[in-house]
Amino acid sequence: MPVLCSSCSEKRAVLKRPKTGHSLCKACFFWAFEEEVHQTIVAAKLFRPGETVGIAASGGKDSTVLAHVMKLLNERHGYGLELMLISVDEGITGYRDDSLETVKRNQQQYELPLKIVSYEELYGWTMDAIVKQVGLKNNCTFCGVFRRQALDRGAIMLKVDKICTGHNADDVAETVLMNILRGDIARLRRCTAISTASEGDGVVPRCKPLKYAYEKEIVLYAYFKKLDYFSTECIYSPNAYRGYARTFLKDLESIRPSSIMDIIHSGENLSVREGVKMPVQGTCSRCGYISSQALCKSCVLLEGLNRGLPKLGIGKHHRLHEKILSQQPLTEHEQRKLKSVDF
Amino acid sequence: MCQVEEEYHEQLERVDTPSASKKCVKCKEELAAVVIRAGDAYCRKCFRESFIHKFRAMLGKTRVIFPGEKVLLAVSGGPSSCSMLSQVQEGVSQNAHKKLRFFPGIVYIDEGGALGQCKEMRQKTTSELCDMFRSTGFPFYILPLEQVLDLPGSVLTPSPPSDQPGSVYKAAVDLFLQSGDSSSDGKAEEQECVSLPAVQESHTRLLQQLIGSAQTLTAKQDLLNTFRQHLLVHTARTRGYSKLMQGDSCTRLAVKLLTSISLGRGAQLAQDTGFSDCRYGGVTVVRPMREYSAKEIAYYNHMFKVPSVVIPNLDTKMPDKASIQRLTQNFVTKLQADFHSTVSTIYRTGEKLQTAGRGSSAAEDAERCVLCVCGLDTAAEEASALQATLISEQLSQSSGEVFHQDDSKPLKPEPPANVGQCCSSERPCGGAEGTGDCCRSSRDHEATDLRSLLCYSCRRTVRDMSSVDCLPQYVLSVAQRRQNRSAMKEQISEFLLDDADENN
Repeated sequence: MPVLCSSCSEKRAVLKRPKTGHSLCKACFFWAFEEEVHQTIVAAKLFRPGETVGIAASGGKDSTVLAHVMKLLNERHGYGLELMLISVDEGITGYRDDSLETVKRNQQQYELPLKIVSYEELYGWTMDAIVKQVGLKNNCTFCGVFRRQALDRGAIMLKVDKICTGHNADDVAETVLMNILRGDIARLRRCTAISTASEGDGVVPRCKPLKYAYEKEIVLYAYFKKLDYFSTECIYSPNAYRGYARTFLKDLESIRPSSIMDIIHSGENLSVREGVKMPVQGTCSRCGYISSQALCKSCVLLEGLNRGLPKLGIGKHHRLHEKILSQQPLTEHEQRKLKSVDF
Repeated sequence: MCQVEEEYHEQLERVDTPSASKKCVKCKEELAAVVIRAGDAYCRKCFRESFIHKFRAMLGKTRVIFPGEKVLLAVSGGPSSCSMLSQVQEGVSQNAHKKLRFFPGIVYIDEGGALGQCKEMRQKTTSELCDMFRSTGFPFYILPLEQVLDLPGSVLTPSPPSDQPGSVYKAAVDLFLQSGDSSSDGKAEEQECVSLPAVQESHTRLLQQLIGSAQTLTAKQDLLNTFRQHLLVHTARTRGYSKLMQGDSCTRLAVKLLTSISLGRGAQLAQDTGFSDCRYGGVTVVRPMREYSAKEIAYYNHMFKVPSVVIPNLDTKMPDKASIQRLTQNFVTKLQADFHSTVSTIYRTGEKLQTAGRGSSAAEDAERCVLCVCGLDTAAEEASALQATLISEQLSQSSGEVFHQDDSKPLKPEPPANVGQCCSSERPCGGAEGTGDCCRSSRDHEATDLRSLLCYSCRRTVRDMSSVDCLPQYVLSVAQRRQNRSAMKEQISEFLLDDADENN
């Protein structure tokens, strides 16, 4: 007895939606998925007509689906946006060079202009070189901080008004959990926002149109639409702290599939007590990027890498910022603490 | 690494293991007897002192318990609450000005009925606890959870706080000292000699039906916690206690925080895990043990022979992924083993949060959840997770139109209270594979209407229940009353001048 689609009740159902548990046929699922992204965009007022939007493309499933859906919705609903692809080359052999090939194929398939920025040209360091110095435990910090700046630089080079990234519901839920485990109140407040609110030079606002789409549904969508994407995990990620939050989230999802949305709902409704100290946004004294300290994080990390002190930037070293700015040499004791690396 | 022939001429380095053969870090005289955190080794005396001091400091700095107040201790029999009991016992019995100045009572809720325990087991546990309580000299009450079925609806209404002689703490202390300490002996109630009140079989069956109507263990545990809390608050109210002390430790609260986030209770976190919880109005729930880690409590109980009783729970001996609560507990304990600051970090994060939206005391009756009595957080704002879920559910079910022909048709999400279309059930019938129509309209009507009176996570719990009718009478009658009131309000809304109603 074939199960009928619960939406059109005509065709046979070919999949079960992880989000709600309904069984749908292909066409209804595509419609539901695309319509949800459209509703998210409209309800959150993410774009204005005539804007140039940069799609952060890594060649993975999230950004491939994002590029596809954005192009489709732009045409179907007439957003009036000009779309472009921005990609970041971190210099991870065996991972990034393969995924970049996928992005180049995407560019041809969707006929969108593409810009690739690399860590090598921006900072003089590839992730491979960084991992050799830093080890396998804290490298995700470096990659993440550098990538954020790289995306902004690429966006400015392309003169886009907004960046959109392919962060999905699972990512946002993981981030909420991770910020609680790390005790990061400031990020906890901001991480469920669908778009960043920063103004000023050097910073391009960014948004997450796929914020309410489950990762499993994105994979289902890409599978049924036969989209071309690169599906390997980053080779340096296994020891990241985020892995714990991810495993926990996967287990939660297996007990109760709606818990991902529940966590996002919790995150959106959190409110911080008054009187809790929050960082204030300013600019970096060295490179002019936005920062809440005297030196932005990427300057601190770069300084640490260039001086052979890989732990500078991991953990709290506010007091050392002044010293770095004024080019004073660090004391022996400080140097020893910053040098130790546990592989 | 086979270097058998080599000889080591140098001294092998010895790693400094945190051993107990060091001196106590506090008094630096005695040998340490216990290591709490890495590097914190205490001798017996200092450990005991710091333990007791933490308890007093907690009560003292928060200034929530006024002198002369009646405080009800909720003891579950576990190590944390028994430790709390022993601290209170010690504090009340001391002489001089450091004596704790409130009048404690003890309550124990016997949940054996919900767990399916036999009568003999329940009797045995109860008598053990009875002896323990009797030796403290405080009045104690032992109640079966079945009594929750007979609660009045007033439990769900926050009662106005009782008049305090002086709302400022200092003024209250002065007043108490002036009136003299002689009242302390007279006020203590006579110890009641109670045995487990006879529980009717039918009540036990009803309770089991209630708990059994929840399909998932997560929902069962959630319901059990809610009803236990209701019964505790009711007991405190009827016997004249203005404070309820619960013995949640730091570890337990960290797990509770993560669990609450996973269940969707972000808006109510501060009340669930904070020091004081005022959602019930007249009775304030306080958690004085929140700075003790489970390890500290275990050490203290072992070293100073604090008695406790092992009582099984719903998720005892269950596999890891049986429920969200169990999974979170495993996760936190495992993570704590690798990263020693996990529990304290989570705890401190929780401390910095507050209740979102209106203050809990200002929220009207109609704006509180019927089950957990917290403010509602279900205003489906633009671009929120709640709205996205509603849209998804709508899009996945038939609403009588075929979509692929008419691509550009805009869809507007409908708020859940609008039960215009009876056909599209707002909640997917549990586990149904694609059979989208469950047109039992009257039942759906009830279910949907109850949902509009619940907060997000209680909605999720009720969704896991097979039938809403199993809920106790008081919940259903309060829900009915609120619906009537909101219907009334809608009828006369154009004639009401002031938006803010008077509190009922």
